[in-house]
Amino acid sequence: MAYLRLASRYRAASLAVFLTVACSGAADSPVVNIYSTRHYGAMEPMYAGFTTETGIEVRVSHGNMHALLERLRAEGEQTVADAFFAVDAGGLWLAANDGLLQSVESAVLEQNIPENLRDPENRFFALSQRVRSIAYMPGRVDPSEISTYEALTDGKWRGRLCLRPSTNVYTQSLVASLIAAHGEARAEEIVRGWVANEPEYIDSDTRILETIAAGGCDAGITNHYYLGRLLKANPDFPVKMLWANQDGRGVHRNVSGIGVTAAAAHRENAIKLIEWLSGPVGQAGDDSGLPGSNLEFPVNPDVDPHPIIAGFGPWTADPMPLAEYGRYQADAVRLMERAGYR
Amino acid sequence: MVAALVVVPVVLLVARLLHPTGEVWAQLWSTILPEMIRNTLLLMLGVAVITLALGSGLAWLVTAYRFPGSRVFDWALILPLAVPTYVMGFVYMATFDFAGPVQTTLRAWFGADIALPNIRSGGGAILVMGLTLYPYVYFLARAAFREQSSSTFDAARAMGYTRLQTFFKLVLPLARPSLVAGVTLALLEAMTDFATVRFFNFRTMSEGVVHVWQGMMNRDAAIELSALFLFFALAIVILERLLRGRSRYYQPGRRTRQIPRVKLVGWRKWAAAATCTAIFGTAFLLPAARLVSWTVGDLSNAATVNVLKTVYLGYVFRTFALAATAAVIAVLLALILAQGTRMNRGRFGLAATRLATMGYALPGAVIAAGALITIATIDRTVMSASESLFGINPGLLLTGSIAGLLYAYVVRFMAVAYNSVESSMEKVTPNMEEAARTLGATPARVMWRVHLPLIKVGMAAGAALVFVDVMKELPATILLAPFGMETLSMWTYMLAAESLWESAALPSLTIVIVGLIPVMLLMRVGRMTTPGGNQ
Repeated sequence: MAYLRLASRYRAASLAVFLTVACSGAADSPVVNIYSTRHYGAMEPMYAGFTTETGIEVRVSHGNMHALLERLRAEGEQTVADAFFAVDAGGLWLAANDGLLQSVESAVLEQNIPENLRDPENRFFALSQRVRSIAYMPGRVDPSEISTYEALTDGKWRGRLCLRPSTNVYTQSLVASLIAAHGEARAEEIVRGWVANEPEYIDSDTRILETIAAGGCDAGITNHYYLGRLLKANPDFPVKMLWANQDGRGVHRNVSGIGVTAAAAHRENAIKLIEWLSGPVGQAGDDSGLPGSNLEFPVNPDVDPHPIIAGFGPWTADPMPLAEYGRYQADAVRLMERAGYR
Repeated sequence: MVAALVVVPVVLLVARLLHPTGEVWAQLWSTILPEMIRNTLLLMLGVAVITLALGSGLAWLVTAYRFPGSRVFDWALILPLAVPTYVMGFVYMATFDFAGPVQTTLRAWFGADIALPNIRSGGGAILVMGLTLYPYVYFLARAAFREQSSSTFDAARAMGYTRLQTFFKLVLPLARPSLVAGVTLALLEAMTDFATVRFFNFRTMSEGVVHVWQGMMNRDAAIELSALFLFFALAIVILERLLRGRSRYYQPGRRTRQIPRVKLVGWRKWAAAATCTAIFGTAFLLPAARLVSWTVGDLSNAATVNVLKTVYLGYVFRTFALAATAAVIAVLLALILAQGTRMNRGRFGLAATRLATMGYALPGAVIAAGALITIATIDRTVMSASESLFGINPGLLLTGSIAGLLYAYVVRFMAVAYNSVESSMEKVTPNMEEAARTLGATPARVMWRVHLPLIKVGMAAGAALVFVDVMKELPATILLAPFGMETLSMWTYMLAAESLWESAALPSLTIVIVGLIPVMLLMRVGRMTTPGGNQ
């Protein structure tokens, strides 16, 4: 039957393609393949800089975090990916926990990246930091009244908050940090307090900030770099950000990070790339560096952040270890469901 | 056998039902499951009503009447088919929400206190889906109305019915199979969408599946939840069959006159023109205009243009090639399936068809998971067999290759190709077939010389619809696209999810423009089959 012929022709074709690719891979210039969940910021010029310096070509495949994790699991030993780049510590922990990442000993990385921003078993390394804190409209809100995440449960904020839905990984990590800090019972109380204030759920940090500016709500919780981006486009953007919980445990901090896959074919190239990304050039605070291109904070203590976000002031971070984000993520989602957080 | 290929992922999924993860269900039931089911039912009801009303109403307007612009609206009203629902979703959100230009302007005119409806709601989701999906019903209804012979219509009029009464009592019921097929396609698409509803904070079951899978990291529970989909799908398909009825819908004597078009006068003609303009404007012109203006804004930045030059053409080529290949494969397989069902009208044949077209009712992500499991199993079996027999390790043949993605597309969109081919085949009378067989033709010859010319219209339509659907598809693509094989839809969604409207506009616009080509093809094909047109 016609389809049988088609199917076997397909098998032959994919075998042919595979052989070509396999053979060409050996003969080509050195390469490193990355599965990345980070899709904003012009990474291409940065990778181009790396290629110019080392001669190693960088090939990136983008995707959603869970989809990429699923692929890595399914591909197993045969995976094409040499490195996994995730924009959330939870994702990195999940990958490491599933045995998808391997341990890397590197003096360069130990020097460039502080210990609390590295996996204790050296399976993944943070390359930039993002802070999820409270944005507010200066004329309508007194910042001293909303200096903590917990303060947003107060009844006077009823109908005045804009929050990101529970489907988003940033929210999940924030609630995970509440569980780690307060325990599940108290964390649920806090989330129920937020829900009782009838927030407007908007699945976009940028839109939350724009809605605050337009008057739709008075305060919200967003990542710092979205405000940075808006200020970069329009220096007169009125919304301001304060660092939450500075008198207490510190503000919630998450990271973008990378790890070498357990089955990496180009292990040495991947390590070189990570070392380069952690160095002064890769960490640059302006557009040419990884943190700078998205207005995030660098991990390398010797590098200064972009002036726009430096203008937000110094901050102290919640010292929660990176591993905890992933560990409590599922609990955080279940908690939000119980509390009625959409 | 074709059905088997398509059915395997579905079967694997059902097999999971045998080992339910109990406590997950308990938690889900007490928290979000009731809401998700309620929302899904609301969505389906709303979408069914809107698409039926718009689709059949507009199709009747342009078929039976003449008014200013009716010739243009005839084809223009299908154009929204080229706009993916998630693109419509983010355009509407960015335009009509609190911080968007419409509400901002209204507040400037009428003061900051005016109460405006919230687009970020179930109502918004239903509206957007209805506007994007009505073309399914419109196209099929239009074809059906066109093919109706004027003799029955004239008879009804002679008996004293007005045109409107004739429409409701005669034309609509005769067009039932097409209407039901169209609404079914629209409903299944609405039910399995997860990207669009997310923009509107409207939790349906497909969003729930993704939520359980990703948020709670429980793939097995997610798969079980999607088994619920199977039941919904079964219900819809059974409903469809019931509504189609057992009667045959072919009208013998193909060269008959069409229903005569009446020229509208007075307020009616302007009302008709205004209605069509309003629908066309909101469903197509509005998103197109926003996308164009965002793209222009994006391209005015020189640095962006530089990056785009290298990246953009690759996306276009890949998306195009993928969609075309999937369309061809799907239609060929649908043909085999339809032919097989016709020749073997037994229970087994029909059941196989039902199962094969079930893929449309499942969320793309779930199909992709099923396909991934199937393919990984095949690969592993082949690998271990090859190693023990020949001592060589061929590596991953199917996993991570295009074949996997195409497999998922075929499973997912078989229903679209099949419905098209089958409803075209249904119009072929058994008389022709039997006549050919009596004259000594083999089944293959019957297929080649008799059926094919008659159903090539249905095949072309099916291929065009699958092409557009694959281009717009998102979740399965995200899961299964091989390394470096990213498509326009993936790119659009990633950017829209980050609220980078301006950057998302260019790939969205490309999807819409490229999608216009098969839609135009559909149009020409539709025109060719009308009795009295050139055949």
